[in-house]
Amino acid sequence: MTYMLLVYLEECRMVGMGDAAPKGCDGLAERLMDSGNYVSGGILQPTLTATTLRVREGQRMITDGPFAETREQLAGFLLVEAEDLDVAMSIAAEHPVAQFGSIEIRPLREVPLLKPMTHDHSEGDSVAKA
Amino acid sequence: MNLSPDAVRQEVERVYRAESRVILASLIRLLGDFDVAEEASQEAFACALEKWPAEGIPRNPRAWLISVGRFRGLDVVRRASRIDSSLDLHTLSAPGEESFDAVLDAVPDDDLRLIFTCCHPALSLDARVALTLREVCGLSTEEISRAFLSNPVTIAQRIVRAKTKIRQAGIRFEVPDNSELPERLDSVLQVIYLVFNEGYSASFGDSLTRSDLSAEAIRLGELISDLTKDSEAFGLTALMLLQESRRHARSSVNGDIVTLEYQDRSLWDGQMIRRGREYLSRAYELGDIGIYTLQAAIAEVHAGAASSEATDWNRIVSLYDLLLSVNPSPVIELNRGVAVAMAQGFEEGLAILDAILAAGSLQDYAPLHSARADFFRRLGRFSEAAECYRRAIDLTRQEPEQRFLTGRLEACTSVCVEDFEN
Repeated sequence: MTYMLLVYLEECRMVGMGDAAPKGCDGLAERLMDSGNYVSGGILQPTLTATTLRVREGQRMITDGPFAETREQLAGFLLVEAEDLDVAMSIAAEHPVAQFGSIEIRPLREVPLLKPMTHDHSEGDSVAKA
Repeated sequence: MNLSPDAVRQEVERVYRAESRVILASLIRLLGDFDVAEEASQEAFACALEKWPAEGIPRNPRAWLISVGRFRGLDVVRRASRIDSSLDLHTLSAPGEESFDAVLDAVPDDDLRLIFTCCHPALSLDARVALTLREVCGLSTEEISRAFLSNPVTIAQRIVRAKTKIRQAGIRFEVPDNSELPERLDSVLQVIYLVFNEGYSASFGDSLTRSDLSAEAIRLGELISDLTKDSEAFGLTALMLLQESRRHARSSVNGDIVTLEYQDRSLWDGQMIRRGREYLSRAYELGDIGIYTLQAAIAEVHAGAASSEATDWNRIVSLYDLLLSVNPSPVIELNRGVAVAMAQGFEEGLAILDAILAAGSLQDYAPLHSARADFFRRLGRFSEAAECYRRAIDLTRQEPEQRFLTGRLEACTSVCVEDFEN
């Protein structure tokens, strides 16, 4: 199964990090690539850079900032292949941000069209399918 | 071999009573889905009623029923996947190439797999409790909702959501491996103890259903001890047995509470105490003494004392000290304070309780106020006692508990009035 690990932490800690990845993130990604669990991952710019968009009755409505005003903000993600939830939980527990932020683990729906891009597919192929 | 339909029906009923939960557990593993397995199990028993009169009762009825149930279940999945293409046959079907002997070899652990699945820590505690009672104990949603004084619709929704999460989030029907076992077992023991407490502490409500809950919790505790050989599983089972042994002494004929101190100890169930002690000594032998074993050890000191005065309160205080070092908690500090009062005197106990109250986290906890009230009463400080009883009554929702406290309050206020009149 494919799981999305959504990484949440307090905004001030995100800003404090500057451009560097939280310590240990690189190591985790490397280990997951070696074990074949890694699909994709990324670190987001702070919510200061966020734009929220909705389309209602054909009108674009644009808001400066993130959709939810919560204490912890989405700061990054990791997409992994894992055989079950327990394996996905073990990966999440290894994530350095789990020590002070939180990791939401969400399985992806098993709908072929929405299968994440993997390294076997060319980009053009996936775009054509979508 | 032709058997009379009556004889077959009796045999099917016997197997159903004895084995239906285990058969369901195996089918859940083989089919990977609770609802498909439930339907498959029903169909397998229906099939037995139809076939056994002519074919005879199979040598191993359980294996026969699991085998038939498995094929029926796969049919159900195939039919459903034709109607609803979003149901993926691949994710729901059993490993096809596995020989049936291998399938049956795994059966003895199916009970355990099911418990671990229903108590997965990724499910909320409420969901774990409801799902365990429904799937492992076979209680109906109506029975569960009665026992938890909740609405059947709420319970049913909770169970449906939990099953959906198990299916969609990829929670597997497996006994966790050694690295995960401690955390996963904690989650199971927590569910069992909650079920027990629900049945034990509020046994004055709908008393029949509630004592059933305690019995179910003890059965689960025995099962999990037997299957995991974990010291805390034995400790928890010992604790439940030792507490349950006092059930008949805990309330008077008219349903009033009788506190430990005033219980008629001849009403304690000696056989249950013996069983509790056996489990406790197994927990000691296995080592790794944890919170359940320590609480069982405290219950065991009470079980061995002829009266409150004859109780080794100093031993109880030191067991609470150990418990606090493993698991610091204000509620355990409160219990320790009560033991100190019995061992050393009510002034000493009161000093501990005052400190807990000042620390703040138990300000709205009724047992703290009723314990303070009791100490003031015994020290002859009746107006302070009355004040504490009033606070405890405000915070208590259980009716017999309120009656008990109100009785004490009235006794204190009448003494206060006499004092005033003299």
